[in-house]
Amino acid sequence: MNSPGERSLSDDGRAAIEALHREHYGRILASLIRVVRDFALAEDALQDAFAAALAQWPAKGAPPNPAAWLMTTARHKAIDRIRHRSMAETKHQEMIALTTPDGNAPAPADSLRLIFTCCHPALSPEAQIALTLHTVCGFTTEEIARAFLVPVPTLAQRLVRAKTKIKLAGIPYEIPDDAQLPERLSSALHTIYLVFNEGYSASGGDALIRADLCNEAIRLARQLIELLPDESEPRGLLALMLLTDSRRHARADTHGALILLEDQDRTRWDREKIDEGVALVGRALRTGRAGFYGVQAAIAAVHAAAASARETDWPQIAALYALLVRIRPSPLIELNRAVAVAMAEGCEKGLALLDRLQLPGYHLLPAARADLLRRLDRFAEAATAYREALSLVGAEAERRFLEQRLAEVSRRCG
Amino acid sequence: MNYLLLIYWDEKLWADLPLPERNRIHQACGAWHDELVKSGHSCGATGLQPAAAATTLRGAGGHAITDGPFAETKETLGGFETLACRDLDEALAIARRFPGLKDGCAVELRPTVAGGACVD
Repeated sequence: MNSPGERSLSDDGRAAIEALHREHYGRILASLIRVVRDFALAEDALQDAFAAALAQWPAKGAPPNPAAWLMTTARHKAIDRIRHRSMAETKHQEMIALTTPDGNAPAPADSLRLIFTCCHPALSPEAQIALTLHTVCGFTTEEIARAFLVPVPTLAQRLVRAKTKIKLAGIPYEIPDDAQLPERLSSALHTIYLVFNEGYSASGGDALIRADLCNEAIRLARQLIELLPDESEPRGLLALMLLTDSRRHARADTHGALILLEDQDRTRWDREKIDEGVALVGRALRTGRAGFYGVQAAIAAVHAAAASARETDWPQIAALYALLVRIRPSPLIELNRAVAVAMAEGCEKGLALLDRLQLPGYHLLPAARADLLRRLDRFAEAATAYREALSLVGAEAERRFLEQRLAEVSRRCG
Repeated sequence: MNYLLLIYWDEKLWADLPLPERNRIHQACGAWHDELVKSGHSCGATGLQPAAAATTLRGAGGHAITDGPFAETKETLGGFETLACRDLDEALAIARRFPGLKDGCAVELRPTVAGGACVD
């Protein structure tokens, strides 16, 4: 039996290795994949190296440069694994690559390669997300499964399928050239934003893991900015996520019910995140080619700048939405623009814009109409629109909110 | 990496096109192919007769012979191009330049089995 002292030492060692896993896994794996050119082999070898660390460090103490130790050990483990493979298979190329020393420090460009490979548009969005979290961020299969509320075997199979596709289809392990970069970067940014949204959305799941998803998405965006300093959209995305995340603690009451932006206690917004987000928006917009994320971040920054909902600069927001529609035409963005116009120029104007839209099967359009009708004291029409929205809504928190509003306007119909 | 680029058409759509329009598409696709031969990316290509001319074999010895293509779908295989590329990105770039895409066809990229030996 362990004495309490021994137990805490080994627990500390274990915790240190787990922290190291989160911090370095993706970076070491990225370099290893470049050398062995085989996703699965690199992963297995790195797992072996972490297992060796877990066996040796608690007793012997961690080496002076743990990341370099892991990289070297993983290379040796990869050589072992290749040796153990069937003799018929000639693996000379891999062996040569593995024994040629090219520095054991993980290279930043490798992380970028790995992100672009994991976010390749030839993979499904679900596969891109799972693979990015698993390989770039070092999440375990169990953690990702818990975050997305899917059974562990399903998630494990999704990862295996994605890695098989990378290998068989010849998805390159490279930073895309200038001609491909805009499209590929947009795919990577989209994946990062999906990770963030999954973490931010109020629906179910393990709260801690969900906060982790937001933090990882923010960390990935920081990494992209570092690696691609001339691109403005990674900055825009980081700003958007920081500004959104700044409202995390103000957006729901103690029972988990949604609090609308206009009703939130703005003193609970995270000033530090807002300041960083606003500064980033400034930089992204100054480049003169603000894109999809930069403009959304600018909208969030205008909200963040208002001391109260009444002081919101709605004409500015309406103008930014008009810009956003031009960048990426979508009825959902038109809907947001209509609401901003309603706030800036009057609800009738907003209603007229909403009436031109079609979003079949989507609850947000009748919900927006209902809200403007309510503000115009047209309670009977508002009630009808709330009922329509309720017949389409999915998320529980939103349903409760709409039911509450319907009860309110029904009372006032008399 | 070698890829098979499969070209799918809606045959009804094709049948309804006027003759000069069909020949224009043939010519554009031919030019696309010629360029791939010049650049060394093409390992051969062919267009196919309509799916109605297909014969499908099933079962041991292929005794279950059916008239028609493997699956009855609106879009059928209209032709293929075999490509030798560095990786999927290069194959995608070539596939994107396929002129038939403008006229409503779809293409599918399938990596081929290396060395022609199918062993799992």
